[in-house]
Amino acid sequence: MKRLLETINSLDRRYIFLFIGLAVSLPLFFPIGIKFTVTHPVQGFYNTIEKVPNGSKILMSCDYDPGSAPELYPMTISALEQMFKKDLKVVITCLWPAGPPLVEKALAHVTPQYHKQPGIDYVNLGFKEGREVVMVSMGASIPNTFPTDYQGKPVSQIPIMQGVTNFKDVAMIVNISAGYPGTKEWVQQVQSRYQIDLVAGCTAVSAPEFYPYYQTGQLKGLLGGMKGAAEYEKLVGFKGLGTRGMDAQSISHLTVFLFILIGNLAYFALRFWKGKASR
Amino acid sequence: MRKEVPLIITFLAGTFFIADYFIPHSGFSKMAESVNGWTIIVIAFSYILGVANVARVNLDQIQKGSKDKFYKIILLVCLFFMSIAGIVWGIQGGSVFDWFFLNVYYPMQSTMFALLAFYIASAAFRAFRIRSIQAALLAITAVLVMIGRVPVGEAIWKDFSIFSEWIMNVPQLAGKRAILIGAALGAISTGLKVIAGLERTHLGQD
Amino acid sequence: MNIETLGIWLGAFFTLCILSFLYKDNPFYKLAEHVFVGISAGYGVALEFQNVFLPNLWNPLTKEGKLIMLVPFVLGVLLFTRFVAKISWLSRWSIGLLIGIYSGIAIIGFGSGDLVAQIHGNLLPLWGGNDLLTLFNNWILTVGLVTCLIYFFFSKEHKGSFGILARVGIYFLMLSFGASFGYTVMSRMSLLIGRFYFLYGDWLHILPQ
Repeated sequence: MKRLLETINSLDRRYIFLFIGLAVSLPLFFPIGIKFTVTHPVQGFYNTIEKVPNGSKILMSCDYDPGSAPELYPMTISALEQMFKKDLKVVITCLWPAGPPLVEKALAHVTPQYHKQPGIDYVNLGFKEGREVVMVSMGASIPNTFPTDYQGKPVSQIPIMQGVTNFKDVAMIVNISAGYPGTKEWVQQVQSRYQIDLVAGCTAVSAPEFYPYYQTGQLKGLLGGMKGAAEYEKLVGFKGLGTRGMDAQSISHLTVFLFILIGNLAYFALRFWKGKASR
Repeated sequence: MRKEVPLIITFLAGTFFIADYFIPHSGFSKMAESVNGWTIIVIAFSYILGVANVARVNLDQIQKGSKDKFYKIILLVCLFFMSIAGIVWGIQGGSVFDWFFLNVYYPMQSTMFALLAFYIASAAFRAFRIRSIQAALLAITAVLVMIGRVPVGEAIWKDFSIFSEWIMNVPQLAGKRAILIGAALGAISTGLKVIAGLERTHLGQD
Repeated sequence: MNIETLGIWLGAFFTLCILSFLYKDNPFYKLAEHVFVGISAGYGVALEFQNVFLPNLWNPLTKEGKLIMLVPFVLGVLLFTRFVAKISWLSRWSIGLLIGIYSGIAIIGFGSGDLVAQIHGNLLPLWGGNDLLTLFNNWILTVGLVTCLIYFFFSKEHKGSFGILARVGIYFLMLSFGASFGYTVMSRMSLLIGRFYFLYGDWLHILPQ
């Protein structure tokens, strides 16, 4: 028994890696399909976009990179699906360098089924360096901050940008962010200055620190991590990576819980054993 | 004057942008808008400075004949190739630049972050020890949130999701709000110290 | 093999190279790591050129004749004086400008967006009304915030009743950190799910539909 406890306590971490690999892989091959309910922050995200009159313009800021894509890319797809279903015009910006190609990929995925035209129904304005300074600059003039779109076409020649000067000319802001710059900066620099409706999708790592913003109403909705993406997909009405990943998420969480439990049980049992032996 | 001029620039820039928030005068706002535009350009130059430094350090190591010379050469070849591909052939969808982003950059960055899943599980098993009341509180909350936030939690107890949402919306929120307020006070005081010239570490040594 | 399939195989190769680090450091991982650093640095240079220099600096300067844009150009070039020891002090002008602007913006952002709004958000009714659960939650939020802030006050020794309140604050902070840990686990697992989905689905096509 003592040998077993010592083995558990000093287990090579590569065995742990193997368990986690299996915990994530097996549910992808053998889906269980456990049902889940939608939480209030996600419902708030959905409702806020739903309330915007059809045909209005929305600013969407995709502030993430491939490192967070499994959580945030499904949110981007679902948000575009909801907005295009309502015939909303989407102006997209990126404050992370690796954002624009991911936006192009998402647009290529969603726009064909809704027959949306670039420059008329949506535009990808690309990336601008400067973080909070870009947000403050957009508050003065979006065309001066983004003189061209991602492809290099002047915004003065893009129909959707006609009449869009600053945040007052968009109905709301949808922010999908992985960290800094992101939701926190949008709340601090834009929402607090211009009192515009702001909803955010973020990684699960940063979600807990945005609940205070949701409680004060600075954020009208919040999607946290892949679970948030899955709940949002359920509301929008399609099954994407968020939903497909939920079984693997469930099993991997149970596995981590078992690791914590077994690790502590083994540790305390060994301590008790050694204490007993020394007496 | 080597430190005094930058400190004066810092003071003027900082107070200007604080004043911009409170002064609705259109002339003032136009000036602030221009300076904002300049900042975007200067920051972009600072990014290029960082990349130039990476190139310089690796070139140095290649010249000194370090043991990872082969990998440094690969690094520089990739750096120059990607820069030239984007500058000369463009960055639009379907370009060479875009292809390398989607098939080289994207998989590698995603995988680097995915490795963290293995390490967090390993840390949970080997280092997470409940040795005090505080650690027990942390562990219990972590487990309740971890299980409650995934579908299996609702399969175990149908109100698990509601309970974990309550944890996020009430006790957890109180702690996070305190951290937010504390961090805000710290950021404001640090910002004021920088603008007033009391904090000069950003200027480096003489 | 078309270009798209080649891209997927290349992505899978580099994914497996990075994952091989879990066993131990090896030449494949080193190769992937250096390719990644080179590609990402080059990506940034091209993006800054196409998305910032051309539209925000070059075009206004050359096509619109805005000579004032020479100011940010000179400030940007001054940053490179860091490479020459004798004139590296010139880079402080640009750095001073950036630091000043960000400090000013941060003071406003943290002040209005965090400090005032969050304190306002916690001024909640502690009695009255019919909803007992809301009243209970309001008490938890108020007591939690106050005790946590008391814990952060290190100018007074945490003894006596002040110490007891600080200890309650620690317990609330532990609840917060526990919730953060739970969400962090969720985040990390999601990233791995995404990668395995690519390997099994997009590359090997062995996932059930």
